[in-house]
Amino acid sequence: MYTVESLVAQIQGLSSSAGDLSLLLTHLKQADEFLHNESTRLFPFLEQLDPTLHSLGYLYILEASTSGPVTNEQARRLVLLISRFLTSCVADQIRLAPEKFIAVCKSFKDQVLMLEAPIRGVVPLLEAVKKLRSSEHLTTLHPDFLQICLLAKCYKTGFSILEDDIFEVDQPRDFYLYCYYGGMICIGQKRFQKALELLHNVVTAPMSSINAIAVEAFKKYVLVSLIYNGQFSTSLPKYTSSAAQRNLKTLCQLYIELANTYSIGKISELETYIQTNREKFDSDNNLGLVKQVVSSMYKRNIQRLTQTYLTLSLQDIANTVQLSSPKEAEMHVLQMIQDGEIYATINQRDGMVRFLEDPEQYKTCEMIEHIDSSIQRIMTLSKKLTAMDELISCDPLYLAKVGRERQRFDFDDFDSVPQKFNI
Amino acid sequence: MEPDDEIYANGEPDSSNNRNRPIISGEQLDIEAYAGLYTGRTKITRLLFIADQCGQNNNTAMQMEALRMAYEEIKKGENTQLFRDVVHKIDGRLGDKYGMDSAWCEAVDRRAVQKKEKLENELNAYRTNLIKESIRMGYNDFGDYHYTHGSLADAFKSYVRTRDYCTTSKHVIHMCMSAILVSIETGQFTHVTSYISKAEQTVDALDPNTVSKLHCAAGLAHLDSKKYKLAARKFLEVAPELGNSYNEVIAPQDVATYGGLCALASFDRMELKNKVIDSINFRNFLELVPEVRELIHDFYSSHYASCLEYLGNLKANLMLDIHLHDHVQTLYDQIRNKALIQYTHPFVSVDLHVMANAFKTTVAGLEKELEALITDNQIQARIDSHNKILYARHADQRNATFQRVLQTGNEFDRDVRAMLLRANLIKLEYKASRKL
Repeated sequence: MYTVESLVAQIQGLSSSAGDLSLLLTHLKQADEFLHNESTRLFPFLEQLDPTLHSLGYLYILEASTSGPVTNEQARRLVLLISRFLTSCVADQIRLAPEKFIAVCKSFKDQVLMLEAPIRGVVPLLEAVKKLRSSEHLTTLHPDFLQICLLAKCYKTGFSILEDDIFEVDQPRDFYLYCYYGGMICIGQKRFQKALELLHNVVTAPMSSINAIAVEAFKKYVLVSLIYNGQFSTSLPKYTSSAAQRNLKTLCQLYIELANTYSIGKISELETYIQTNREKFDSDNNLGLVKQVVSSMYKRNIQRLTQTYLTLSLQDIANTVQLSSPKEAEMHVLQMIQDGEIYATINQRDGMVRFLEDPEQYKTCEMIEHIDSSIQRIMTLSKKLTAMDELISCDPLYLAKVGRERQRFDFDDFDSVPQKFNI
Repeated sequence: MEPDDEIYANGEPDSSNNRNRPIISGEQLDIEAYAGLYTGRTKITRLLFIADQCGQNNNTAMQMEALRMAYEEIKKGENTQLFRDVVHKIDGRLGDKYGMDSAWCEAVDRRAVQKKEKLENELNAYRTNLIKESIRMGYNDFGDYHYTHGSLADAFKSYVRTRDYCTTSKHVIHMCMSAILVSIETGQFTHVTSYISKAEQTVDALDPNTVSKLHCAAGLAHLDSKKYKLAARKFLEVAPELGNSYNEVIAPQDVATYGGLCALASFDRMELKNKVIDSINFRNFLELVPEVRELIHDFYSSHYASCLEYLGNLKANLMLDIHLHDHVQTLYDQIRNKALIQYTHPFVSVDLHVMANAFKTTVAGLEKELEALITDNQIQARIDSHNKILYARHADQRNATFQRVLQTGNEFDRDVRAMLLRANLIKLEYKASRKL
């Protein structure tokens, strides 16, 4: 009794108001199986629908048509369709059926990868993420989107998503992938502090058994920590899961060794170590990062010199930092001045470098505003923390677990947890 | 001389026409005089140590002298093991008179065996009689016997056994002093410390001499564990009436040297002035080692070149001292660093050429030393390597505070967000495990 035509008519009719939409939703849910059976025939009907007006219906039909395996030929057509849909659909309507939406996006991603043009997927998926997401909530779309950005090398677009805070997660796996890909994007953008934060979250996330994502993240974490902080402490914080604490170090022995060699401080030793293990770093796709670690060591040595010297000849810099010539020292110092990592002036006539103090005086209006906004932000965060604390204290699940584990007192003693929860 | 030159000029040359030539001085050690300061086993140990050190430095004349005196000293005692050792070391180089005297060895050994039997019998008799005092005396005699025959571990055990039979505080003191003596000889300074505290707890029987002896022993214990400040404080508390009464362990010259050097290496300027330079007690000790006295005064009055010169001269002889041997280099380095820091402290800018002159070193070497001290945060300054000037630098507190504030804010932000995430994840995990 279902026909696709009748469904299309219903969609066209019932897409105007909220009440109608909920009615439409129930209809569509009932017709879902039928749609799936008709998946091959559905294409022409899509043209009768307008994605901006009939987003929900369009979504269902689209999902049904993409549910089966897709050939290369079909993919080309579908990619165009779905891109248009994603950019033009209405957020409220699609939020009524999030799983369908996610399914469509996933298949879109696969098709784009099959066509080997990940860059075509970046903008549509960005739109998709923006429309699906409710504030501070991580969806399955996020890691997919980040993956596409990485493959397409569009780091900047990916980074814009990372700036928003995430507080709620549905699936742990999504979270791990999100942090791992996010870390890689930040590394691509040379925002090492944020990368460190994201990778730290993966490594210390609660997990019952070690997974490959955490292992790979840990390797990158060691390298980024060396680049940004100049050191790596092998003791993970207390809140790291026991599975991680036990296994991470043994699985990433190569990188821990690298950190140890780095801390000794001799460039030649570091370079020989990297040379001998070159293939292993390469197979982990970390060779680029490792090269950055080496250059960070030069930087750190030069930075240490700024603490003890006011002026220093380029020859002396080259000798202390174990560079081969004053010319190379000059190049390094110049690069660091341009990147804003040290404050100095080079006097080429005398071959001298003069180190200056950080000119930031913390007296400008911008600085005051920055501090003020930071204070505001932290106050909101504190309130959020207290709110969450209260919420959890009232959560029946939590109370049940605590109730089970509390000590057995006598009946006369004060019962802090009501008997009802003592299951 | 211009006033400027005084800062780096040498001190007045030391007048070496003293009536009593100081024994610990910059000149080569007079072994006879040195050995005359000590009695008992420590004399032998020190002579043997000197002989070993001289042997390592290929100073054969002194080595032979030391070995000869050791031989004679040992022959006066009853320790055949040491005798065999010293004969082996002499190796016939001093002629027949200092060769192996087997007859003497056998005689001593026989006497020893007899004495041991006698002591054992006496001790058993006392033990059956259960008279505390006699048992205590018996164990004491045993301890003495073992000590003279060189079995120090047994001596220690015997002395410690008298503890259960001590009835008066005097007995306790006697036991402690014997235990301390043996422990110093064997180098077990943990025992020394514990017995010192035990002795100090029996206040009523402590006469000033014993107190001084305990201070000396405490000083030696701290010196061994590298706590130079505490060692200096202990040595400075020793009363000059000690004189030669503790010669079986330490001579007053040693008290002066150890105390002076440790104080110089570890005290700050005020403490140095109050406790060392102005101290009447310690002045008596410093009279015995005028070079140490001179170098302390030079340091205080900023004549660094002459101070370091005295130190350099003393070094050879100080390396021959059994207690100070391991610490000479550390103490010297600390004193040198303190001199460098003290020199730069009052100035806003210092010309490195002038400073190198004051410390009798090259500008390049000085620069390296200063770099180490600056990195270690002991000097707050920066080096202008182009013009070779050291500029004092005072950290800007205000900027540093702002920086720290912003950093703390960032860290708080990061940590709280991570915490909220983790709480969420744990909740998820718990829910998932419940469903299973």
